[in-house]
Amino acid sequence: MKTNIILAGVGGQGILSIAAVLDIAALDSNLNIKQSEVHGMSQRGGAVQSHVRISNKEIFSDLIPQGKADIIISVEPMELLRYLPFLKEDGFLVTDSNPFINITNYPELEDLYKEIKLHKNSILIDAKQIAKDLGNSKATNMVLLGAVSSLLPLSDESLQKAIATLFEKKGDKIVAKNLEAFKKGQEVAVEFIL
Amino acid sequence: MNSNSTKKLLLGNEALAQGAIDAGISGVYAYPGTPSTEITEYIQRSKIAKELKIHSNWSVNEKTAMEAALGMSYAGKRALTVMKHVGLNVAADVFMNMAISGINGGLVVVVADDPSMHSSQNEQDSRNYGKFAMIPIFEPSNQQEAYTITKHAFNLSEQLGLPIMIRMVTRLSHSRTGIEIGQRETQNNICLPKNPHQFQLIPMHARKRYQHLVALQNVNRESSENSAFNKYIDGPNTSMGIITAGIAYNYLQENFENDSCPYPILKISQYPLPKKQVKKLFDTCKKILVLEDGAPFIEELVSDYFGENKKVIGRLTGHINRVGELNPDNIANALGFDVVINDNLPKVVSARPPELCVGCGHRDLFDAINILKKESNNQQVFGDIGCYALGVLAPYESINTLIDMGASITMAKGAADAGIHPSIAIIGDSTFTHSGMTGLLDAVIENTPITVIISDNSAIAMTGAQDSSASGRLINICKGIGVDEDHLKVITPLHKNLEENINLIRDEINYKGVSVIISQRPCVQLSKEKKDKLKEASLN
Repeated sequence: MKTNIILAGVGGQGILSIAAVLDIAALDSNLNIKQSEVHGMSQRGGAVQSHVRISNKEIFSDLIPQGKADIIISVEPMELLRYLPFLKEDGFLVTDSNPFINITNYPELEDLYKEIKLHKNSILIDAKQIAKDLGNSKATNMVLLGAVSSLLPLSDESLQKAIATLFEKKGDKIVAKNLEAFKKGQEVAVEFIL
Repeated sequence: MNSNSTKKLLLGNEALAQGAIDAGISGVYAYPGTPSTEITEYIQRSKIAKELKIHSNWSVNEKTAMEAALGMSYAGKRALTVMKHVGLNVAADVFMNMAISGINGGLVVVVADDPSMHSSQNEQDSRNYGKFAMIPIFEPSNQQEAYTITKHAFNLSEQLGLPIMIRMVTRLSHSRTGIEIGQRETQNNICLPKNPHQFQLIPMHARKRYQHLVALQNVNRESSENSAFNKYIDGPNTSMGIITAGIAYNYLQENFENDSCPYPILKISQYPLPKKQVKKLFDTCKKILVLEDGAPFIEELVSDYFGENKKVIGRLTGHINRVGELNPDNIANALGFDVVINDNLPKVVSARPPELCVGCGHRDLFDAINILKKESNNQQVFGDIGCYALGVLAPYESINTLIDMGASITMAKGAADAGIHPSIAIIGDSTFTHSGMTGLLDAVIENTPITVIISDNSAIAMTGAQDSSASGRLINICKGIGVDEDHLKVITPLHKNLEENINLIRDEINYKGVSVIISQRPCVQLSKEKKDKLKEASLN
């Protein structure tokens, strides 16, 4: 068993909180994990990604080879498409639908959505709105993680435990909001994942 | 962290730092630089390092860092010094000479290279420096090795009496995995060098030390040949043998996921090259593929000079791109697998380069500089290393040059000497104390007509807003260097001050001598706590 996940976004959007939950849950489930991340210049509003690999066997490469990603999770619709060469033929795409526009040549949103929907396994959701409705727009990432949780080699229990561990220091309220966001993501994704 | 696992989740850099703590270091000396920064930050955050009083404050630059590490080693204690690859250029003087003097307490130099230049201006390969200095080099292939090798490197350093280099690369530095942590050794006590002449490199002593270093080369090689980190792995298919350096081993194995690699492999994680094993691979295999991140360092060593030896393939022969980092895909290609590297993205995807943060003070400074540019076509702006280097890109395009730490001031001086006016240098606060001060003295001595703008955000911002050595000291430093107080000005880069700032900068450009303008506003990335502290300090 090996699951390859690419996390995508713009520097400062906090994709590493998703990575951290996966890391903690994998380690806790006695699985091997490798998770690469981007530090430095790109963190200033540039395109950033993280490669997460989870397996019950030894993992060699820190980078996912092209065409081998099972899932791409993006917090921004254009950034999702940047990593398409890494996606497996039957791989899954999941993204928040809200654009982060800090460049002058950002494409038409409708064109982006069209391109995303060309892929049979794509989940395009307004995760930000869902998180906002729950009273914490910062929990957007956990909505997205919830949406793909059924595709992960990690149990719900271990993921929820990892969310609790990650946000522990910020207090019970924040933990509860993030868990709620995660569960809401699971609910919303049901219609996409058959 | 509640976990079923005994493993600790660490970045390659953090694993290395934990290895250094467990090796019993008494201090780490470093200047921040991607991809090396998290090594020192880990030790700064470590509770146990605090309890053990391990020194971990940032140094002003890599040279002062390495020299302080050598001082700690002279006193008999173990010291770690850490930098990015270009940082070693700054520290090259002490680096080369401490190979001659040798060390007393264990001393390990960690250099993090940045193949593909993710966050750097070149992709120089530090193994060349290690070979240049004639010292052993380690190159971990994974995070666990980064931990184990670091502990071992301190022992080897004391055993050989030499500083040891550990070479990291971006992808290993910034990838996280579970690490098994071992026992911690106690710190050394103070113990001065037995040979009183060892650290006195006047020629008559240096010649002896150099002979000693040359004589050690066989010992260094034997250490590599017997190293647990270099492995010869047999394989049935001898039509090709593969040498992998560091992280390349993982990318190779990735390509043989379900069955083991049929070719014999020589996995290298310690240099000088283990000659015995290289010879064995050459004698066994018809062809040798060399896989290494960065420069064709091993490939050049084992190829013949005229390139007529068709036996060795790698970056020099075009089987792997000469530039850029390795990955599982370009190695698949080199192995002859049918992998098409696909760079085609849907047309709707635009590039998204990094940019200055919203609200950043550098933005307001560039606004002023660009308006002044409209007044004089001759205006040249010499930039430096830091966030403000993003002023090279649209929408500002304010900066004409970007070369190395501190070059803004000295290049502006040289250009002014050549007749360029206005000749403006833009340098960050921390870059100024790192390498700008000496250049400013050059300009002051000749009263060269340059305008130096220190864009002071009170942080080493690009690497994560670490404390800057310049904070609260800039005015006194400039006065001390001899800048005329009438031409030492402070501005606040805010939009509401734009016109006032333009007028002030224009006046200083028109002054035919050295002006320094400190453009002062804290980095927006700083925590509220840090900003409040700065405010308090400035009121005092």
